[in-house]
Amino acid sequence: MTPPDTDILDRGGPGQPLLALAGLRKHFPIKGGLFGRTVATVRAVDDVSFAVRKGETLGIVGESGCGKSTTARLLMRLLDLDAGSMVFDGEGVGQDSQTGGIGLKEYRRQVQMVFQDSYASLNPRLPIEDSIAFAPRVHGLPGGEARERARELLAAVGLAPAQFARRYPHELSGGQRQRVNIARALALRPRLVLLDEPVSALDKSVEAQVLNLLVDLKERFGLTYVFISHDLNVVQYISDRVLVMYLGEVAEIGPVDSIYERPAHPYTRALLASRPSMDPARRRTEPPLTGDPPNPINPPSGCRFRTRCPHAEPVCAERAPVAADLGGGHLARCHMADPGSGHSQAARLAA
Amino acid sequence: MSAPATPLMRLRDLSVRFVSRDSTVHAVNGVDLDLATGEVLCILGESGSGKSVTLRALMRLLPRTARVEGTIEVAGRDVQAMDEGALQDFRGGDVAMIFQEPMTALDPVFTIGQQIGETVRRHEKASRREADARALELLELVQIPSAKRRLAAYPHELSGGLRQRAMIAVALACRPKLLLADEPTTALDATVQIQVLLLLRKLQEQMGMGVVFVTHDLGVAGEIADRVAVMYAGKVVEEGPVGALMGGPLHPYPRGLLGATVHAGMRGKRLTTIPGAPPSLERAPTGCPFAPRCPEVEEPACTAAVPAPRSPVPGRAARCIHVPG
Repeated sequence: MTPPDTDILDRGGPGQPLLALAGLRKHFPIKGGLFGRTVATVRAVDDVSFAVRKGETLGIVGESGCGKSTTARLLMRLLDLDAGSMVFDGEGVGQDSQTGGIGLKEYRRQVQMVFQDSYASLNPRLPIEDSIAFAPRVHGLPGGEARERARELLAAVGLAPAQFARRYPHELSGGQRQRVNIARALALRPRLVLLDEPVSALDKSVEAQVLNLLVDLKERFGLTYVFISHDLNVVQYISDRVLVMYLGEVAEIGPVDSIYERPAHPYTRALLASRPSMDPARRRTEPPLTGDPPNPINPPSGCRFRTRCPHAEPVCAERAPVAADLGGGHLARCHMADPGSGHSQAARLAA
Repeated sequence: MSAPATPLMRLRDLSVRFVSRDSTVHAVNGVDLDLATGEVLCILGESGSGKSVTLRALMRLLPRTARVEGTIEVAGRDVQAMDEGALQDFRGGDVAMIFQEPMTALDPVFTIGQQIGETVRRHEKASRREADARALELLELVQIPSAKRRLAAYPHELSGGLRQRAMIAVALACRPKLLLADEPTTALDATVQIQVLLLLRKLQEQMGMGVVFVTHDLGVAGEIADRVAVMYAGKVVEEGPVGALMGGPLHPYPRGLLGATVHAGMRGKRLTTIPGAPPSLERAPTGCPFAPRCPEVEEPACTAAVPAPRSPVPGRAARCIHVPG
């Protein structure tokens, strides 16, 4: 085993994506009936492919049930893939190191996660210092050094070690607990940190503190973030690129400015238009979308968004759209963005 | 603060303490609020600011450990003086409430139709047939698609957005004069949240209800409120019309809150934060509760006494010594 102290080298070079995912799929069977047969399947994640570049923050947005948290758990390998491949800095994840792969234990050391519920993700019986030092110890760091690293990290996230190190999770506020979770995620010196709704449970004034902290830590430790949130304003603030998910599929992906200024997928447009305006003079009168997201047990045929889409045409039910390249790494899975798709509005958009 | 001739709701010096054997929490410390008929008031505040406790006090929904003092008047009636029977007529009749989590507010073992019908039969002494007809009418009012079929649905069979609409239908069953809403859109997805907000605003205008809407989200307040009251440590620190308050808050706390809220065009800039955390409410505040976090604090004046509300322009008021008036 590699000792946790050694600096992990940038093996693939700067051009190699830190994490490349291809054809990721996860279906959950629903058992029922007399013999426990599979009666239905929740298609939580279906053919999701994207790459996380070195040093960037990739934001993932979508509504509940769109598969963003399942994607995070697949990325962390807390769930097994049904299909697809994951390549971490040029090495196949979960493969034998002799065939050029990276083992799961080593992978998880380099990829860490912060969850939404700051209380549930800490052991209530351990002082926070011990929670942070736990993983380095598991990975072979002697106790004293692990504790020292825990105290350094507490200081790095803005909690004075002398005051906070021996406290238990219930003695901290929500914002402080989330800082502890971030410190713990950094304890193994990871390269990629998955942040699953890290500020959603926090009050606004605390949210800003934690976001500033995340920006500082990224710079200081040279991290790469995958930031999952339903808050479009927060995602716009923190991300370099944004991925929009709908019903287990990638609807649109691209640089943050193209997504927010020139959204090509009607779902992205509706999502952006659904943000409450802070200005009472510019109130909306009509909701941009009607209805709730459909159930991922029986997703619609063809384009999954067509049941709520104002531009749906017969072609949308017949064929699933392919990802159309709009230039600059901006891809949208919509027939309207694809010139040859046969949708009546496709040609106009392409011209 | 602003006082129309006959307010629909009138709170004077409301205070709520939760007393247990080893500690007391001063959740609400002297709140004065008025609401006119047909007006939407948003109570804005972070967790622990006392906004939900204020709302529950209006309907006497607080547990026995709560010590409630002050005047609570709704539609000209003294809520504090009501006995159990009068309260039962009052709740659901004059005043109704919608909650954040419809799954816990609705009864899982009765259909949506039964739950709406029960309210109508209890308050309007309607027959079963009349109640069923009214239930269908209400589901259509809250824009539930295929309403007839949904009457027979149990809460778990509905999606989050439909469940929230069903709860609104239950609340509106007896045409309340005052609707209390406790973060009703917080648990919803963005595209569904805006639908429910627009629906609530439309129903409020149609039925001429007064609405007290509790939220922590400035954007939601901007979308629905006529007037906003910002609460901090159990006190209303600023109150005013939504446009003016969002455009330029008088009190440093809402100013900090607006600065700390992420919105478009802030990429790459450092977010302004409010340092520290809200005070513990084990003791009632003796000075300005925001003073320890305030960038403009002036030592003896701010901590010596709780600042009285000052009103530089009619209709606006803030509890800060720096505000003229």
